[in-house]
Amino acid sequence: MFDLSGKVALVSGASRGLGWGMAQALAQAGALVLLNARDAKALEARVKEIAAAGGKAEAAAFDVNDHAAAAAAVQGAAKRHGRLDIVVANAGIQHRAPITEFATADFQRVIDTNLTAVWALAREAAKIMIPAKRGRIIMTGSISAILARPTISAYIASKGAVHALTRELAYELAPHGITVNSIAPGYFATEMNTALIENREFNDWVCRRTPASGWGGVRRVSPESVFMS
Amino acid sequence: MIEDLKNRAVLITGASTGIGAAAAIAFGRNGARVGVHYNRSRKEAEKVAADIEKAGGKAFLVGGDVTQSSACREVVDKTAAEFGRLDVLINNAGGLVQRVPIETVTDELFDQVLHLNVRSALVCTAAAVPHLRKAGGGSVINVTSVAARHGGGGGAVLYAGAKGFVSTATRGLAKELVKDKIRVNAVAPGVITTPFHERYSTPQMLEGFKATIPMNRLGAADECAGAFLFLASEQLSGYMTGQILEVNGGQYMP
Repeated sequence: MFDLSGKVALVSGASRGLGWGMAQALAQAGALVLLNARDAKALEARVKEIAAAGGKAEAAAFDVNDHAAAAAAVQGAAKRHGRLDIVVANAGIQHRAPITEFATADFQRVIDTNLTAVWALAREAAKIMIPAKRGRIIMTGSISAILARPTISAYIASKGAVHALTRELAYELAPHGITVNSIAPGYFATEMNTALIENREFNDWVCRRTPASGWGGVRRVSPESVFMS
Repeated sequence: MIEDLKNRAVLITGASTGIGAAAAIAFGRNGARVGVHYNRSRKEAEKVAADIEKAGGKAFLVGGDVTQSSACREVVDKTAAEFGRLDVLINNAGGLVQRVPIETVTDELFDQVLHLNVRSALVCTAAAVPHLRKAGGGSVINVTSVAARHGGGGGAVLYAGAKGFVSTATRGLAKELVKDKIRVNAVAPGVITTPFHERYSTPQMLEGFKATIPMNRLGAADECAGAFLFLASEQLSGYMTGQILEVNGGQYMP
């Protein structure tokens, strides 16, 4: 595997799903991984899991929507470890409702978490990475921003914006030696999608339209994050 | 080191110079067995083979003009026979041939460009499928180009169109071969400093390209190698098929 020994990474939304998968992969490649989520207790358990597997991890509990807390965590990490090489802005939420029943507050909540918080975390990362003249920012996009599905208008709008944001930041930060990429996962069997996996019709649709026949396991997206680091 | 590339039998067409050579040596560093295909550049290919062996891999030199379909099949079969199997095929051989305005394109030039860039990749893939199937699956990696999307530089319509074909065929083949556990992906280099541009692009053209690249520099062949290792490794990209990895300093974004 690639060697990320000596590197420091922060992964948001790292207590479950793809974020947890990516955090494990980065730790396995030798990076010290700061695991972010809101639930401090869940993070402690994950830190122990990584340590038990021979990796290095720390908990960084904060709500990505609290931009001041995110800034403090990023600056604190860089100060403590003397560097911050990789930031994976992955935390995201879903809300399902037909457009006529979609409340503005729900739309805003999804945009805040999936887009604005990703942008804010990238901003804080850039403040550390620009003087260091190197860095890797990875954001979690989605196949749904390209394919679309009904009842997830806020999610799709937010992920489409993340794809565009990736291109803008890649351009803006390229002169500073910082690469910005997104991973656009297909349909993965995570907690976020439990309702879909249990929906036979949707499950059939995924299995039918995926040549490799069906849902991806979390471990299958993790190496990509290491590759982009 | 990428563990699952060790001892893998890899064939790279057009591996004597440029991106193919850089990829071949990178596979060598990971302990793979590499079929180094060449056409006119035997001397350069020998040097690549020596570098592969020095890096800890095994190399097998295999010559042939891939614009001839019979040669494509021979190159694939000889490599599979030498290694006793084939796990990865990289269809890298290709070229611009000549920059010409559309009014002066002859049927001969059309055939030359299409046979070199398109037919060779399809025939090599077809020849490789039985070997990959026998190995229980594998990875085919095509080499397309940023030209497939932006239409190419001056006088390169045939080349750009041919690469568009390669990109689309990558997706079609990915669907067709998924049942055999053969993944098909592509790497799309941007402007990379290789004999390709020494041959076909003026310094002024290269300066012009540079101005369109966010990283504000041309790429090096070595910087493409990682994408090939990644797509060849089941461990790293086992759930990816039908995809095109763009290695272009941000020149063109999906």
